[in-house]
Amino acid sequence: MAEAPNMVGLKARSLIKAFGGLMATDNLSLEVAPGEFHAVIGPNGAGKTTLVNLLSGLLKLDAGAITFAGRDITRLSAPARVKAGLVRSFQITSIFRDFTALENVMLPVQAQQGHSFRFWTPVSRDARLTAPALELLKRVGLGDRADVRAGNLAYGEQRQLEIAIALATGPSFLLLDEPMAGMGPEESQGLVEFLGALKGRYTMLLVEHDMDAVFALADRITVLVYGRVIATGTPDEIRNDPEVRAAYLGEEEAA
Amino acid sequence: MDHVLLIEQLLNGFQLGVILFLMAAGLTLVFGIMDLVNLAHGSLFMIGAFVGGALALLTGSFILGVVLMIPAMLVIGIAIEMTALRTLYARDHLDQVLATFGLILFFNEATRLIWGPEGLVVPLPRILDGSVEIGLGITYPVYRIVIIAVGLAVALGLYILVGRTRIGMLIRAGASNRTMASALGVNIPKLFSIVFGIGAVLAGLAGLIITPITQAQIGMGEDVLILAFVVIVIGGIGSIRGAFIAAIVTGVIDTMGRSFLDVLLLLFLPANAAESAGPALSSMLIYILMAAILFFKPQGLFPSKGAQ
Amino acid sequence: MSALANLRNPANVFTALVLLVFATGPLVMPLIGEPFYVIVFARIMVWAIAAVSLNLIMGYGGLISFGHAVYLGLGGYAVGILAFHGVTSGWGQLAVAVGASAAVALVFGAISLRTRGVYFIMITLALAQMIYFLGVSAEQYGSDDGLNILSRSDFGLTFYDLNDQATLYYTVFFVLLASVGVSARLVGSRFGAVLRAAKSNDTRVEAVGVATYRYRLTAFVIAGVMCGIAGFLQANLESFVSPDMMSWPRAGELIFMVVLGGMSTLFGPVTGAFVFLMVSDTLSEWTIHWHIIFGPLLVLVVVFARGGIAGLLNRKSANG
Repeated sequence: MAEAPNMVGLKARSLIKAFGGLMATDNLSLEVAPGEFHAVIGPNGAGKTTLVNLLSGLLKLDAGAITFAGRDITRLSAPARVKAGLVRSFQITSIFRDFTALENVMLPVQAQQGHSFRFWTPVSRDARLTAPALELLKRVGLGDRADVRAGNLAYGEQRQLEIAIALATGPSFLLLDEPMAGMGPEESQGLVEFLGALKGRYTMLLVEHDMDAVFALADRITVLVYGRVIATGTPDEIRNDPEVRAAYLGEEEAA
Repeated sequence: MDHVLLIEQLLNGFQLGVILFLMAAGLTLVFGIMDLVNLAHGSLFMIGAFVGGALALLTGSFILGVVLMIPAMLVIGIAIEMTALRTLYARDHLDQVLATFGLILFFNEATRLIWGPEGLVVPLPRILDGSVEIGLGITYPVYRIVIIAVGLAVALGLYILVGRTRIGMLIRAGASNRTMASALGVNIPKLFSIVFGIGAVLAGLAGLIITPITQAQIGMGEDVLILAFVVIVIGGIGSIRGAFIAAIVTGVIDTMGRSFLDVLLLLFLPANAAESAGPALSSMLIYILMAAILFFKPQGLFPSKGAQ
Repeated sequence: MSALANLRNPANVFTALVLLVFATGPLVMPLIGEPFYVIVFARIMVWAIAAVSLNLIMGYGGLISFGHAVYLGLGGYAVGILAFHGVTSGWGQLAVAVGASAAVALVFGAISLRTRGVYFIMITLALAQMIYFLGVSAEQYGSDDGLNILSRSDFGLTFYDLNDQATLYYTVFFVLLASVGVSARLVGSRFGAVLRAAKSNDTRVEAVGVATYRYRLTAFVIAGVMCGIAGFLQANLESFVSPDMMSWPRAGELIFMVVLGGMSTLFGPVTGAFVFLMVSDTLSEWTIHWHIIFGPLLVLVVVFARGGIAGLLNRKSANG
């Protein structure tokens, strides 16, 4: 399609987030190079979703700094980060259940086209919204489900809609929080292929449990345990890292 | 400024604060634990006044009326909870607001049917009538001191109940995580009934002890209710400590405001402006305070950790 | 969905009937010997306009304002206070009604919208109480007893005189239709899409880069102005304004009308206002103690007919 956009990178430096006595994020540093596909893995409770919330601005940092596309976004609000190109998807599907699939995607398209203080033209007849939205739905494979109420879509379709909404938001950086959560093997495979096709068009940070997907897609992997980074490197390096095997993969192999 | 008037109004403020606390404590418990917005809490205030007042007139003793009112309100409260309110727990707050709004209409009218539109006059017992010297050359009505004492005693009792007893622990468990508490075997429906019952007794007590001063009147609960909501919003929903502090502050500011605001305004404004602005501003004062607090702390001063 | 199918929908039929009643009231009612109902219908229509404005923020925006009746009072007092001081110009009074409603809605909205859920409900209630108490303490303007308005708003046009009953009645009718029309346009627009999305999932709207606060505030102001205009009309209709019109029970009734008709439907507030007020008027004629029936009736509606009239009627024609 269009030419590849300018790639952006993300640097997280010494992030700290505590909930009461619990250190959800403990001096976490990670770096995603422009154009890279970076995955974050870790056992349950490792603080992966907290990390996503911190990067996207849903949660405020206790300490640390985040640089995105060369600027410091630590104090930037969530909507402002989105405007800068940092877009996330949600692990627990967060769509507009009473809207149709098309309307779900029309909203981020609308958000991309400037302010929404337009009071007169019905959105349903606005081709500047419906056309791009339909395009995106087709890209994720939901083209024929455009007029279905989002709440009535199958779970897997809702996950696809999640991705479509994220893509429609005009990202330069995609922050994906367990997009394969709850998906069966066939659907996961489809999503892996889809994400693979996106490589090189966006910088991506994928948080996932699904090891097949992670090792198939990632350029580099960061391993998180109890909010702390215990290893960062290429898939091969991670696969062979003894600490990682012990903390994480080792348990899986034993099982 | 006359120090006698100042101290008198300060004490009056405490007295109002204590009444507000009794209302707010029940409200905040019910909302904090059961997530129920109950506009009819004001009706419980009124019912306590009328039922307790009627019992006092019947037995000829105000004190006996107060004593008998407690089990009466417990029964009435639990009955209301089990019949009308159970269905509302699963509903959203709008539904609760609307349904309890309908209940207010019902209770006001039922009270009018039973006791007539004129209300009920409940006389003070002789021993509590009259004033006493409290030092600094000030005499203050005995009964108002009793009200303050009762309020403080209830506050202490609630603190012990919620903080130190088994029931209190169940209440706090239910407040922070209802599903978990239920999974651990806590009988949630029974707990809710008990909590609501406690709230009803507190509201009824507030209503009854104020009747010798204001008389029992139809709709008397509504104005107190709104103030009580202001209190729990300021104090933080779910927090009894917050309710206490906010109630006292609200009572004092409201009372002192009404008495002294026009005097204060005279420092800044010409006489007739102060005279007309005074009463208007003083009734608005407490809402301005609430708006200011919420502007900086949208969850109140002491938001409960379990609250969203 | 074809237009014909729309017509057969029971909810739409009911709406059409109500509108027909409103449209033909001044002609038909005197003919059947019930001229009093003309004023009743006019009153209901004024409330319907207020309900339409509330539905904008509540039904479509998810903002449950317990203080919306305050704008009826602001609009009404704009007429009353100006008339009291000899200013009977309709243009001036309307300008003040709109201006005051907008200003108050801006301030109240700015404060309230920083909160959510039950805090929002309570703070809108308390802020409205402030204005209510202001009205009660305004002795010069009648305080509790209210203010009589001796003459209707004068727009200085020979062909348009609100002193003519029919003119006033149909003014209210057309403002009602206009308010529904405006509502429809707003809800379907980009602005409305943000508002509705924010009601459905506020976090997600922010996550696609739209800061919802300013849109909600704008909606709040629009709704306030619309309700202020209703208040302007009400003052002309009743030749009277009092703080009671801003009291919180009135606000509660307004919410009820919206819910009764069916929240987030275009004509729900209209049918809701109609049914609510006709039922309460009828009941109050039977017995002075009508609240004892009405109260539980409201509870039953909330518990069993949550989708309101539209919900009930649509269920009958539902086909999945």
